[in-house]
Amino acid sequence: MFKRAEDDGRRALTIHVEGQAISAREGDTVSAALLASGLDVRRDTAVSGAKRLPYCMMGVCFDCLVTIDGVGNRQGCLVPVAEGMQIEIQKGKREIGK
Amino acid sequence: MSAAPKHEQYDVVVIGAGPAGLAATTATARAGLSTLLLDENAGPGGQVWRAIGATPVKNEALLGADYWSGAEIARAARDGGAEIIHRATVWSLDRNLELGVSVGGGSAFIKAKRVIIATGAQERPFPIPGWTLPGVMTAGAAQTMLKSSGLVPDGPTVLAGQGPLLWLLAAQILRLGGRIDRVLDTTPRANYLAALPHAFAFMTSLYFVKGLAMMREVRANVKVTTGVTELAAAGTDRLESVSYVTAGGRRETLPVELLLLHHGVVPNVNLAMAAGVEHRWNELQLCWTPVLDADGNSSIPGIAIAGDGAGIGGAQAALWRGRIAAERAIKALRPTAKVSDLSPQLKRAERGRAFLDILFKPAKQFRIPQGDTIVCRCEEITAKDVLDSVAIGATGPNQLKAYRRTGMGPCQGRLCGLTVTELMAEARGKSPQEIGYYRLRAPVKPIMLSELASLPKSDEATKAVVRG
Repeated sequence: MFKRAEDDGRRALTIHVEGQAISAREGDTVSAALLASGLDVRRDTAVSGAKRLPYCMMGVCFDCLVTIDGVGNRQGCLVPVAEGMQIEIQKGKREIGK
Repeated sequence: MSAAPKHEQYDVVVIGAGPAGLAATTATARAGLSTLLLDENAGPGGQVWRAIGATPVKNEALLGADYWSGAEIARAARDGGAEIIHRATVWSLDRNLELGVSVGGGSAFIKAKRVIIATGAQERPFPIPGWTLPGVMTAGAAQTMLKSSGLVPDGPTVLAGQGPLLWLLAAQILRLGGRIDRVLDTTPRANYLAALPHAFAFMTSLYFVKGLAMMREVRANVKVTTGVTELAAAGTDRLESVSYVTAGGRRETLPVELLLLHHGVVPNVNLAMAAGVEHRWNELQLCWTPVLDADGNSSIPGIAIAGDGAGIGGAQAALWRGRIAAERAIKALRPTAKVSDLSPQLKRAERGRAFLDILFKPAKQFRIPQGDTIVCRCEEITAKDVLDSVAIGATGPNQLKAYRRTGMGPCQGRLCGLTVTELMAEARGKSPQEIGYYRLRAPVKPIMLSELASLPKSDEATKAVVRG
C-alpha cells in the first residue's frame, strides 16, 4: 500500500508487532510504521468486529487504536516508535488490565 | 519523554503548534509574557508544516516552498522564550481558564490569564458507501505519512474529492515517485458559475498561480475524471474497488488498493465547544465556526481562537490571526504595551477565500448519506439508523445519543457530528443551526482513570466524597 522514499536517511530501529520484529525509522509514528511494514495490521472494531486501518493519521478518527507496551486503546498515529516497542493489534474493545 | 508543565500558572497558554499557535507563542513570549505552548504532536508545525525539521524528505523542491516557510516560524517560536511541550494532550478547558493537560501518562491542571486556542482543522467527514474499509483514508492522512515518514502509495491508488489539498497531495506523491492511477474530481459543475463573481479576487490572490501550476503538473501525469456525481468504495474486509458516476451519467469501476478522500477541512471544535465557546452554523463553509470579534476573542472572556479553528482561512491567514490574538493578549495583560494593527495583513491573506469556499462547497450527496452508509464510524451507525430514530422521536444530535450512541465512541463526534447535524436537519425540515450539535464535555480526548485519580487533591475535595 505504501513504500518508503529511497533517500530516507533516518536511523532504523526495531519494533515488535505481535512478537514479529519489523524495521521502523526514527520519527515514524506507530501507525506509519505498521502501514509501511506490509503486514496485516487491521484491527477489529469493538462493536461488530469489522476490520479497520487508520483513516485520518492526525488524531481525530481513533481507527488507529492499538495496544502499545501492554497499554490498550493508544492512538498509534500520535505515538512515535521507540526501540523495542511491543505492539499488539487490537481485537475488539480494550481489555481490562491492558 | 516530554516533561510536565514547569509552573501552575502562566500569562498565556497556547494550544496547538501549527501556524497560528507558533506565531502567537512567538509574539507573547517576545513581549515578556510567560507563555506555555501545548501541542499533541511530536514536533512543531501542526498539519500544514507537519514534521518540519524532522521530515526525511530533504529535497526542498518536493514538498514546496510553502511547506518550508514553516521552518523559520517554528524556529522563531522555539527561540522566543516560551515553554513548549509536545505530545501534550489538553483534555479540559473551562471558563475559569483552567486547563487539564496530559503529558507522558500523567495529568496536571494549570491556570492561564489568557488562552489562545489554535487547534486548527480536521478533514470534513466524507461518508460514502464503504468509507470504513481498510484502504480508505483521507488525503490528509497520506500527506501526513508523506511528510513525516517519506511514505508514498505504491499500489493501485485513486484520489477522490475536491479542493486545493487534493491537488497538492497528488503533486507531492508524484514528485516522490508514488503511484496514482486516477483523480476523481467531485467539484459540482454548478459551483464554477456560482464562484464566478469572486474570481477576480481569487485571481489576484496568493493561491491562483500556484494552484494552476499544481493542477497542470498533476494532469500531465495522471488521468483526471471531473464532474463525478457518485462515489462508492467496495470490498470484503478491505478495499478492492471504487465505483463512480461520471458527469455523463456513466457508472465505472476501478480496481484499487488505496482510496484517498478529501473535500475540504473544517474547524476542530471539540475543545472550544467543551469550554463553552459559542459556535454558529456557517452556511458558506457548511460547518460550525466560533462567534469571534475581529481580534479572535470568543464568547468567553480570556479565550481567543486563532487559525483554522476560527473558520477555515489557510496557513497564511492563520499566521496573522495568531499574531492578532497575541497582540490582544499582550494589550490585555500589559496595557502600556504598544501593539500594531495587523488587520490589513490578515485581509490580504484571506483574499480569494470566498472563491475557494463557493467553488469547493461539497455536493449534498457527499455530505448527507443514505441507506446503509455508515455515519458514525465508532458505533457503526448508518444513515438509515439515524433516520429511523428521527421517525420515532429523536429531535437532535443529543437525543440521538440515547437512541444510537452516535458521537459517544472514542472520536467523540469528530467524524460524524457534521453529518448527523445535516442529516437530522434535512429529515426534520430544520436548519442545522436549529438542530444544533453534540454537547461536548471534558475530557475531550480519552484519558486514563488512573491519571485523574492521581491528580493532587485538597483535603476539602477528599472530604467532599466521604460519607457521614
